[in-house]
Amino acid sequence: MADASYPEDLLYHAEHDWARIDGDVATLGITWYAQDALGELVFFDPPEVGTSVTRDEPYAEVESVKAVSDVIAPLSGEIVEVNAALADSPETINEDAYGEGWLVKVHLSEPAERDGLLSQADYVATLSQ
Amino acid sequence: MDPVAPLLRTPLFDRHVAAGAKVVPFAGWEMPVQYEGVLEEHRVVRSAVGVFDVSHMGEVETTGTGAEDFLQRALSNDVSKLAVGGAQYSLLCREDGGVLDDLFTYRLGPERYLTVTNAANHAKDLAWLQQQGEGFDCEVADRAGDYGMLAVQGPLAREAVQAMSDGPLPAKFTAAPHIIAGREVLVCGTGYTGEDGVELIVHPEDAVAIWDELMRRGASPVGLAARDTLRLEVCFHLYGNDLMESRGPIEAGLGWACKEDTGFIGAEAVRAAREAGPAEKLVPFVMTAGGLARQGNPVVGGGEVTSGTIGPSLGVGIGMAYVPAEHAAPGTALEIDVRGRQRPAEVRTKPLYTKESI
Repeated sequence: MADASYPEDLLYHAEHDWARIDGDVATLGITWYAQDALGELVFFDPPEVGTSVTRDEPYAEVESVKAVSDVIAPLSGEIVEVNAALADSPETINEDAYGEGWLVKVHLSEPAERDGLLSQADYVATLSQ
Repeated sequence: MDPVAPLLRTPLFDRHVAAGAKVVPFAGWEMPVQYEGVLEEHRVVRSAVGVFDVSHMGEVETTGTGAEDFLQRALSNDVSKLAVGGAQYSLLCREDGGVLDDLFTYRLGPERYLTVTNAANHAKDLAWLQQQGEGFDCEVADRAGDYGMLAVQGPLAREAVQAMSDGPLPAKFTAAPHIIAGREVLVCGTGYTGEDGVELIVHPEDAVAIWDELMRRGASPVGLAARDTLRLEVCFHLYGNDLMESRGPIEAGLGWACKEDTGFIGAEAVRAAREAGPAEKLVPFVMTAGGLARQGNPVVGGGEVTSGTIGPSLGVGIGMAYVPAEHAAPGTALEIDVRGRQRPAEVRTKPLYTKESI
């Protein structure tokens, strides 16, 4: 696994999720902290394209050898794409949490929700509490 | 167990921390659940050699002229078939056949036996054995504090330990004392991974030196998480998951370890279950359309998953479940309720993993 990192150009949710917003579409994933806490991921159960996700609600599951964990949506919207490559190689989430390990893309229904997300500095501060 | 009692540490605790282990509470001990990663640790045991610290497991020594008679009464297998230097798997049953623990017993001498207990059950087993042993001419002694234990497992395990030994290692299911890395060790041709290898029962003060020498010879530390995936791929039972007091040996598929004619405690219940056939049977399964089942997931139509995770050597979700006997035949399709979502699985034969399955 790569070393701990939290890119400054992302927005974060306290439940260890990140969002990369490009216009009205956001790419979502889990943070380095989350993948490290879970350990090697062996299964990603994606939502279906076209379904809705709601901020602060679970929208998918990731599983390690020992445990299953909900993935919490940092923003609300409709799933427009899922990372199909993760079906065969969920370990990509561990290896590249902010790049090839992205989980879903969401068409935002409440773009203003972004104002409630954490900056990189604020998120990292939550980790040391 | 007293929930506020301080956690125990094995003699190798500092080695685990130094090796980067994630240490978690387990059966009253602080144990390494994984080091670098579960999947790699699993692979190293299937392909090379891994070392587990299983010093949390307990030991009970039974000695005296009545030791054999007593163990024949207490344990489900035929202890009279156990030669000096032999090892035998058996169950500890209640009168109603409920399983108190599953155990390996080593016959160290004509009137001396060492029984290895599961850590979570040790105190219960010891009290049971000492109570049942009254009236027999033997002593049942707690030796849990007197030994550490290392399981060296994998296709290269024997080679690694042999190079440290003063003599040929004991064959499978036998045990013999040897000098290993200059220390007195009871070497046992046993393990719980489906791989060849040995278990080393050591004096606690020798554990670090032997561990270090194994590392120097290229063995990798392996945590309890990989121990679980390794044993599940070969369908070895884990007490507390697949075995429990509310179920008997026959439904668990452990009739082979029960010899009712010996008159062991629980023999009549086991005989009755064997003759009538159990209502439910423990079966191995694989997930046939993705997903992982977990302990406690219900099986649709009756039954429950008792162990479930990924089979790293198989690349699919695997597990064991108690299902109605009519659904227990290999090839039977199952639906498992995984957190409200039905996922298909199929009953398979034991073991799920063999060298030929990849």
